[in-house]
Amino acid sequence: MGLVFYLISAFAVGGALAAVLLKNLVHAALALTIAFFGLALLFLRLDAQFAGFAQILVYVGAVAILVVFAILLTKGSEVPKDGVFSKSWLAGLAISAGVFAVLAWAVMQAAPSLPNESAVPSVSVNDIGNALMSRYVLPLEIIAVLLTAAPLGAVIVAMHEKAGKQEKLGAPGPGSPRTSSGSWGGDFVSETWETRKN
Amino acid sequence: MLGDGILKGLAETAKNFAGSFVSKERMTTVEYPEERLPLPEAARNFPFLVYDGDDWEKGLRCVACQICEKECPPKCIYIEKSKDKKPDYVGKPQIYPAKFDIDISVCMSCQICVEVCPFEAIKMNTEFELATDDRFGGLLLDRKQLARSNEYYHEIHPTEASEVDARLAEEKAKVEAKAKAAAEAAAAKAAAAPSANTPASAAVAKPQAPVEAKPATAGKAAEIAKAPAMATAASEPKPVPGTGTDGPAPLTAEDQKNAETPAKANAREPKAQGEPKE
Amino acid sequence: MTERLDQIFVVLKHWLLGYLPESWQTPVGVVISVVCIIGLYPALFAITTVLERKGVGRIQNRLGPNRVGPYGILQPMADGIKSLTKEDIVPTSADAVVHFLAPIILVVTVFMGFAVLPMGRNMVLVDMDAGLLFYFAMGASTELSVFMAGWSSRNKYSLLGAMRAVAQMISYEVALLLSSVVIVMMTGSLSLVKIVEAQNHYSYGLPHWFIFTPWGFAAFIMYAIAGTAETNRSPFDLPEGESELVAGYHTEYSGFKFALFFLGEYVAMFSISGLGSTLFLGGWMAPFAALQFIPSWIWFFGKLFVSMGVFIWVRGTLPRLRQDQLMNFAWKFVLPMCLLNLFVAALWRFMGDGWLRWVVCSAILILAYVSIGREGMRRKQFGPRSYRYAE
Repeated sequence: MGLVFYLISAFAVGGALAAVLLKNLVHAALALTIAFFGLALLFLRLDAQFAGFAQILVYVGAVAILVVFAILLTKGSEVPKDGVFSKSWLAGLAISAGVFAVLAWAVMQAAPSLPNESAVPSVSVNDIGNALMSRYVLPLEIIAVLLTAAPLGAVIVAMHEKAGKQEKLGAPGPGSPRTSSGSWGGDFVSETWETRKN
Repeated sequence: MLGDGILKGLAETAKNFAGSFVSKERMTTVEYPEERLPLPEAARNFPFLVYDGDDWEKGLRCVACQICEKECPPKCIYIEKSKDKKPDYVGKPQIYPAKFDIDISVCMSCQICVEVCPFEAIKMNTEFELATDDRFGGLLLDRKQLARSNEYYHEIHPTEASEVDARLAEEKAKVEAKAKAAAEAAAAKAAAAPSANTPASAAVAKPQAPVEAKPATAGKAAEIAKAPAMATAASEPKPVPGTGTDGPAPLTAEDQKNAETPAKANAREPKAQGEPKE
Repeated sequence: MTERLDQIFVVLKHWLLGYLPESWQTPVGVVISVVCIIGLYPALFAITTVLERKGVGRIQNRLGPNRVGPYGILQPMADGIKSLTKEDIVPTSADAVVHFLAPIILVVTVFMGFAVLPMGRNMVLVDMDAGLLFYFAMGASTELSVFMAGWSSRNKYSLLGAMRAVAQMISYEVALLLSSVVIVMMTGSLSLVKIVEAQNHYSYGLPHWFIFTPWGFAAFIMYAIAGTAETNRSPFDLPEGESELVAGYHTEYSGFKFALFFLGEYVAMFSISGLGSTLFLGGWMAPFAALQFIPSWIWFFGKLFVSMGVFIWVRGTLPRLRQDQLMNFAWKFVLPMCLLNLFVAALWRFMGDGWLRWVVCSAILILAYVSIGREGMRRKQFGPRSYRYAE
């Protein structure tokens, strides 16, 4: 029991430390995925298949990619010349300590309420599904609305920028090829091709 | 409806797929080393030297005049003249190339050497499998490697080769006739004045050559003027210096200089000739 | 006899394990299965490459490779030897560690997917409760390796290819998941073994595959589209579009590392095809009740090859999409159709048996397809293209 747990933990913690300490941002992001993966392994070690695979699917498959994309799109992939620690590291430390304290407190509070048995409670994917769709349906829906709001916001931000750019450049003349930026409603076939009516 | 184009396309490719097993005509490719497409007659890549008869060394038409060497734009031809002479197709003693090298890694297949050659000695080959593992020696062809028989020339460029042959035969006939006439005249002269010198031709030709070269160039100029009109004719008859001269052309340095004049004019010709033959 | 042939591999494995002490049997059994999977799929990959080249050749009225061995069947061997003996070049400015890890991670994650695919009756490495989720988790991890390959090469083509690949894979993964969720809704299980069993009955000699329902058919089409995009196959192969990006994210890879990428790509195709046939085409089931005497694994691999054939056929037919067309297609056509299909599947579930649900569900899907298609094609007169500047 012990050895595997410690190995996986070392894996996860090592990844997390590397994510904080590495100079190259992309390396840091990749190290973060190692931490995510270690966490998923820990879930699997607890026989929580659903949580473990969801962790990989969401964090390794999506969040890590998102982080990497953000780094590349903001030109942050260059290695900083001065150290990796920002000037406000003290405040950051305080905030993370605070968050950790809150989480630790919550876990400690919850610990006594768990049934004190050595075996892991067997929770199948079915049970999780039923719980999500019955007892926790409201939180689920709220999260869903929140997540839907995020892409909508992103779309609005992106569209605003585009419209501003177009105003600056002036309306596209009849000679210039039309881009699909003007209309985004339901056209998935080529728009930039100039076609002739015959 | 959306997607019917994809279905149409899939049907088309399926038809191709099935058809390729059934009909040979569908196949667009040729299995190259085993099957070959016939080369078009105008095909060319690198030059070769034509020889008549069976012995390549004896029958080589080249007289080492070095016009092609001078005209070659990338300078890929190297010629060394021989010290001795050997008879050419008319039987006249000529210098021959002791060394004739073409570096085909430098050659750009422009055919200018062929255009300028007054002796129909250099022609374009169609051979293209010239890959070699020797980068320097393998691509530097000497005269033995370059020599190809006239029959081979007929094989690869039949029309052009028969035109060349006809021209050469005509010239030979002319030369022979002239020689005959000269011989008769000489005989008559000899009869008239027994003291006349026997090697008449050499004595007669020397003073004549510069004079006779002029009409030759003039005739050439007229022909160049005609050239655009004749553009479609791929192999237009080229005047050979010596055609105009009475008697066999003497091979003096002076005459060679004269020979260059029509050659230079001739070099401009590829413009007109280079147009694709219909 | 039929039964024994069906279970031949299972029996063989048990017979081999019988010679081992009790405590060794489980780990050695796993190793044997893993080795079989790791050996089998590269072999299939080799066969597929030559079939693909020949097939695409035939589609283009060519013969395809026919020089190495009889009918060119030894071509993959020549290719393999060539890539093995080639120099492994790592660009000077490349990030050597990440550059090295990328192909390995790709191949590992791709092979992991096979752990949960049932390749025959009782022939599955791990019958996991959350098998489908595991599969998609592994599929999602391949994106990272693609990004690593593109970024670490320090080459703009590689990076552009990787960005395209990742954007495309994320977009189409949504569609892939949503089209598979329909199956989970109907079977009530994420285990692939249970999903196959749910289709394992016949009426009038015909199977109850999920593809033979309106929602299943729609989901299958969406799955096929998303799967093609997910494996970067033509017509969605613009991450490695050679006309614009040299070779995309594996531009800077050579020798065996390139071979690994190539292998990973094809094995991912096998994996996607295998999952597709498990979800929609009844996995290892025979297509007719009368043909059940043929071993189950033959059916599974037969379906695999048929879907590979379709992959090749589509590749030989369709031209490559442009990036904006790709994204528009994902978000404006595939995703709405998938969401609608979820609704239709729920409707099917609650309408009970009878012909009515067939009519209603089909009508909704066809109507949606036609109207989304109309909307997408609106204002577009497809005629001969006119060129403004190049005449």
